[in-house]
Amino acid sequence: MGELKAPTTQEVLETGQGQGFATTKFEDLLAWAQKYSLFMYPFVTACCGMEFMSVSGPRFDHSRFGAEVPRFTPRQADLLWVVGTIVQRQAPVLKRIYEQMAEPKWVLAFGTCASVGGFYDNYACVAGIDKIIPADVYIPGCPPRPEAVLDGLLLLQDKIQSGDRRPGIVKPRFDPVARPDMGVVQLRRSKHG
Amino acid sequence: MAKALLQLIQLEFPDAVLETHSQHGDDTVVVDPGAWKAVARFCKEQLAMEMLADLTCVDWPHREPRFDVVAHLHSLSKGQRLRLKARVGDAEGEHAAIDSLTELWASANWAEREAWDMFGVVFTDHPDLRRILTYPEFVGHALRKDYPADRIQPLVPYREVENIEKLPPFDHHEGMSFGRQTHLASRGDD
Repeated sequence: MGELKAPTTQEVLETGQGQGFATTKFEDLLAWAQKYSLFMYPFVTACCGMEFMSVSGPRFDHSRFGAEVPRFTPRQADLLWVVGTIVQRQAPVLKRIYEQMAEPKWVLAFGTCASVGGFYDNYACVAGIDKIIPADVYIPGCPPRPEAVLDGLLLLQDKIQSGDRRPGIVKPRFDPVARPDMGVVQLRRSKHG
Repeated sequence: MAKALLQLIQLEFPDAVLETHSQHGDDTVVVDPGAWKAVARFCKEQLAMEMLADLTCVDWPHREPRFDVVAHLHSLSKGQRLRLKARVGDAEGEHAAIDSLTELWASANWAEREAWDMFGVVFTDHPDLRRILTYPEFVGHALRKDYPADRIQPLVPYREVENIEKLPPFDHHEGMSFGRQTHLASRGDD
């Protein structure tokens, strides 16, 4: 048997053997840096923008997760927040903004209008931005609670860390109607059971 | 209170006023479309209607003339409101032409553009009659009753993805269980 020698980091990087310990660690480091420094492009069109402002405010703060800076130019942004309804007339604009962003880029569909068209089913609105651009995280809600938005942001950060590009949605943690012990919501429940 | 206005208009334009009615505090005058601008000018100058609050259109598809052009006038100095109506258009929605009120009130400009975009009513002498809510490539007039509710005209071609109608995250059977799948006969599936 010959001499066994593990490849050095330099060799691994040069020859492209991405399975080495150093490169996976390097990729992990890169993903860590990316997920905690997301520069967002808030593509805000409608009422979800109000909730976006709430999420940006001090109570529910997205900057404590690293996603602090809004950059209103696609050249400097890597996370496209599509906030609000996208109408057919706005679709080319959205597509162009997405195309102008540089890789790596992620898209977050904020609200049901951006996810599936919302309650609109008409000639004017696009039924979900994924008909135009690929989306990574969907946050349903009309508008979604800021906590749900932060859930979506954290979900996206997990996806960035693991390198998983499959789209994910933010589901409610629990169904308040199904948990009567919570005492939160009683929807037309008769007193007589 | 504005019923006196109805009488004044009837006195001034005896053959142009087709009907008037007054209910729940609203006063309405239905005029002949040929006298639309003259009546509006009278309202603005003699009846002190400084403001055109809204100008819109109603589609009555089983009636001829088909469209009701409705203008809401408001007198700021006297606190009175008036509604003017005129009936235009044939059964196919063609030849629906009426005078533009842009010369009298500047707010008529965009309101008439919207009525043109949504119904196809032509406002003669409008300075810039083009679509305002939809886009130039849009074919048809969207708020007419015979425009199909499920027709969309995308500006950007949809992505080439399998099962585009229901992309992730929702399954084919998730989502709306009511709505257009149930009340439109044109959809054969589901």
